[in-house]
Amino acid sequence: MGAQLRVYRQKIKSAQTTKKITKAMELIAASRIQKAQARVTASTPYSRAITRAVSAVATYSNVDHVLTTEPEKIERAAVVILTSDRGLAGAFNSQVLREAEELAELLRSQGKEVVYFLVGRKAVGYFQFRHRGFEQQWTGSSENPEFELAKEIADAVLEAFLRDASDGGVDEIHVVYNTFVSMMTQTPTVVRLLPLEVVEGVEEPDATVQPLYEFEPDVETVLDALLPVYIESRIFNALLQSAAAKHAATQKAMKSASDNADKLITDYTRLANNARQAEITQQISEIVGGADALVVAK
Amino acid sequence: MAALNVSVVSADQEVWSGEAAMVVAKTVEGEIGILPGHEPMLAILAGGEVRVTLDGGEKLTANAEEGFLSVQQNSVQIVASRAALV
Repeated sequence: MGAQLRVYRQKIKSAQTTKKITKAMELIAASRIQKAQARVTASTPYSRAITRAVSAVATYSNVDHVLTTEPEKIERAAVVILTSDRGLAGAFNSQVLREAEELAELLRSQGKEVVYFLVGRKAVGYFQFRHRGFEQQWTGSSENPEFELAKEIADAVLEAFLRDASDGGVDEIHVVYNTFVSMMTQTPTVVRLLPLEVVEGVEEPDATVQPLYEFEPDVETVLDALLPVYIESRIFNALLQSAAAKHAATQKAMKSASDNADKLITDYTRLANNARQAEITQQISEIVGGADALVVAK
Repeated sequence: MAALNVSVVSADQEVWSGEAAMVVAKTVEGEIGILPGHEPMLAILAGGEVRVTLDGGEKLTANAEEGFLSVQQNSVQIVASRAALV
């Protein structure tokens, strides 16, 4: 067998093996998207209920609370970056890191110092490779985030938030993560968690009928208890969104890898056929040439 | 009288939702019973059980920890980071 032909056959084999792997990963990711999306949907009632309660407090009371009032001067801002633990997800991690860089640039231009909280091995790797410092990291469970993880992250950022700025505390908390838009699109999103911006369901109180809200035990205690819960639920929601988006991104990346392998296999099969045909042609011409030579020699 | 619209939600799922005649929950200040037409309120729950009496008189108990109770126009929400039906 010709050497060229053997090389092509080898390449076809390797492309086929790769395709098997990427195909399997594609199918796994596809089946996990469903589950991840179901979890996002399941957690929605909780965050909706909390959001409604928070907007109720914010709308029907005018109490000054550390979590809702904007400090006069913001010295330091915390950025929580949610990435995945594994790659093979196309631009998933790089786009969220790019978004975070842009945000950090913007914050720095406003004279704020930026501290990072990282979730996922990819973000940690990115920072360590560049020898950049970060406050805290969480790795290993970004694929299937539990509520405990959200709680841990929320506790850490709240602790930093409640510390004094002179003591290394932060005055602002941002979260950067990928939102699941559709199977094909995942967009990096920036959300400012604190000071509070209630985004959903805020209704201006009607001047004529203003329901009197009763708080138990009192407004401040309720706020104290409510806002950490609100942050937790927002972070949990972001984690779940990010996990769903990761699976979708993996599926897309693996689909295009499989398609690419298909294309390679077709191309190499053509080349291999060509090489085999050329080899046969050469053998025939050698035989004919040899026979001719024998005839002449007689 | 209109019935209460009750939903019990935990962090990762909706535990129960439906119509009920009365809800009894334990807040940090003591037990509170809510009937239709209750004024809007927001209370912090003390860990413990929440009893929901359905229209037919059937009773339903759920455990809720670390959460709060919100009442607004006959809709009652019991929101807890951990909640489960008993």
